[in-house]
Amino acid sequence: MPWTKVAVDNAVKNLAFPSLDKNKRTLEFRQALREASFQAFKRDPRVFLMGEGVDDPGGVFGSTLNLHKDFPGRVMDTPISENGLTGFCVGAAVCGMRPILVHMRMDFMLLSFDQILNHAAKICYMSSGRVAVPMVIRSIIGRGWGSSAQHSQALHALFLHMPGIKVVMPSSAYDAKGLLLASIADNNPVIFIEHRWLYDIKDYVPAKEYLIPIGKGFIRKAGKDVTIVAVSLMVQEAMKAAEKLKREDIDIEIIDPRSLNPFDEEIVIESVKKTGRLVFADLGWASGGIGEILLGRMHNKLRPYLKSDVQVISLADTPTPSSPVLEKEFYLDSEDIIKAVKRIL
Amino acid sequence: MAGKIKNSDLLNVYFIMQKIRLFEERIVMLYPEQEIKTPVHLCIGQEAIASSVCYYLKKEDIVFSNHRSHGHCIAKGLELQSIMAELYGKDTGCCSGKGGSMHLVSPERGIFATSAIVGGGIPLATGAALSLKLKKTKNIAVVFFGDGAVEQGVFYESLNFAALKKLPILFVCENNFYATNSPLSARQPLDNIYKRGEAFGIKGVRCDGNDAISMIDKASKLIKKIRHGSGPFILECRTYRWKAHVGPDCDFDKGCRPLVELESWMKRCPVKRIENYILKNKIATREKLNIIRSKIEEEIDSAVRFAKNSDFPNSKDLYSNVYYTESSCPGQK
Ligand SMILES: Cc1ncc(C[n+]2csc(CCOP(=O)(O)OP(=O)(O)O)c2C)c(N)n1
Ligand SMILES: [Mg+2]
Repeated sequence: MPWTKVAVDNAVKNLAFPSLDKNKRTLEFRQALREASFQAFKRDPRVFLMGEGVDDPGGVFGSTLNLHKDFPGRVMDTPISENGLTGFCVGAAVCGMRPILVHMRMDFMLLSFDQILNHAAKICYMSSGRVAVPMVIRSIIGRGWGSSAQHSQALHALFLHMPGIKVVMPSSAYDAKGLLLASIADNNPVIFIEHRWLYDIKDYVPAKEYLIPIGKGFIRKAGKDVTIVAVSLMVQEAMKAAEKLKREDIDIEIIDPRSLNPFDEEIVIESVKKTGRLVFADLGWASGGIGEILLGRMHNKLRPYLKSDVQVISLADTPTPSSPVLEKEFYLDSEDIIKAVKRIL
Repeated sequence: MAGKIKNSDLLNVYFIMQKIRLFEERIVMLYPEQEIKTPVHLCIGQEAIASSVCYYLKKEDIVFSNHRSHGHCIAKGLELQSIMAELYGKDTGCCSGKGGSMHLVSPERGIFATSAIVGGGIPLATGAALSLKLKKTKNIAVVFFGDGAVEQGVFYESLNFAALKKLPILFVCENNFYATNSPLSARQPLDNIYKRGEAFGIKGVRCDGNDAISMIDKASKLIKKIRHGSGPFILECRTYRWKAHVGPDCDFDKGCRPLVELESWMKRCPVKRIENYILKNKIATREKLNIIRSKIEEEIDSAVRFAKNSDFPNSKDLYSNVYYTESSCPGQK
């Protein structure tokens, strides 16, 4: 199997953002994604990629740029047929291929819920493990410039309701590469969610292939006062919050779960044992969001250690508006994290 | 052929086309100011389609549009100031700043929802046509969509259902040969969108979407037939978008499309073509057309002034309208 030779990268296990090291090789998030795809294509002839406009001059914001030139025939522009495309990938995957399907906006994945949830997520189980669906669905969360209700949604929590699929959310270029390779190597359907605002961020990315285990969280920043569980872009916002809070002598610990299913409960519980205080920083809505889902799941285990209420930072329960004034009210950033921390200290 | 078309109809359609063109060109001018903070999908080059089709619609007829909606909404009679204010994110916009460019509405004018999900409007329009039939009205529904939307399964589901129930609906495909940057040939094996209803018994008509006169002829006839209960029909209009998929710029320097292609389509500018026809046949003088034009410019000036001077919504308005709280719904009348 081509993937058994790719190793977990242990070098950066305990670093926050290795990008801070100037002597190391850095890539932008988009380049890290491209490099992972390139290396997966090289390693495994079963890998192919499809999506709307993946071979156009933009190349999915640079993440698939010119990949079709390196691997003719294996990078496919597609019709606008999301549900069908998902089914095509599931069908190819059960026959032994390892497709990567790309959506420029996560909102468009809603058209393919049937194939994702009724098919991809269930085929392994329905066959008692006789059939596998090794595929990756990459999708990008947009934000801002009046993109409004149908071009902005962070829908990760929707997929947590269903067993049978994995949900991965990288927050750095290093993770983007290692997690994408791990997702392609995984023998299950993986939903890989990228925030568009992470695309320009650079940090350390080794040139070699490496995997980051799906299901292992990561301490981005150690701290003693409050535990912040942040996903995707909110990890970056939490890092900003940490800087500002440090000036007030408040020391937060930032946990990046990296994947939401499977979710690393252990790392959160261990952290809360130390801090006694917990904040979830989500990108999605409050109702049925990760705050509710994960807190509900861990509540009994956390209760003995909690010294205060748990705070959940999430979107108000309204669709995304368009006007800049309303967007400002709607979206969350480091200031909201700081407020939440102060509410429980 | 144009002999049967009344001069007044030609002039009226020309007026709407020019209104759409000048409105979109004004957005191109204003966009760099960065006060229009919403993605704009401009329809410059495609004006003849919306203008001709909507000219034959009544106020109570229903139109569903898509992400490229400005032209459809203007042609269906939505006030420029209401659209412009929405683009500026203002409270006076047709969605009070909640929708932006891609979700313009005007229930009073039969625009109940605008979806920016490709293909999203097609089943909605089919349902609207069902409602018209159930209510036994003489009104019809029209849905505008691009060549990309026919790739969605729901297009065929809608054709099947519309044919089955003999619904009063016109499916208008604006085939501009691209979906974002992907050419039609990379997405569909045959260039025959107007024939896609044949298997369901739906007749299709293909039309030069840049020729308003032929558009007027075909649209008026189809709409008349649908009103008399012999719908549904497909109208495929072949056209070309002049600007980038989204935003006010051209995309040719980025290598998205060949420049010669644009140049050849610009020679067939729909607005120029009808204008030349009007002048050549002495339907109106150059002076009269200039007066029309400056009247439109004035209307746009005032729409921009209105938009800029309007207030933003209150930030707390974010939380309103998640649920409908009035006792009667707008579509019930
Ligand atoms: C379901 C869905 N998939 C993808 C998109 C992204 N998208 C927006 S417009 C567009 C192209 C649409 O092409 P077409 O239907 O031909 O309309 P045109 O833009 O040419 O007017 C795409 C792919 C979307 N909005 N919705
Ligand atoms: Mg098109």
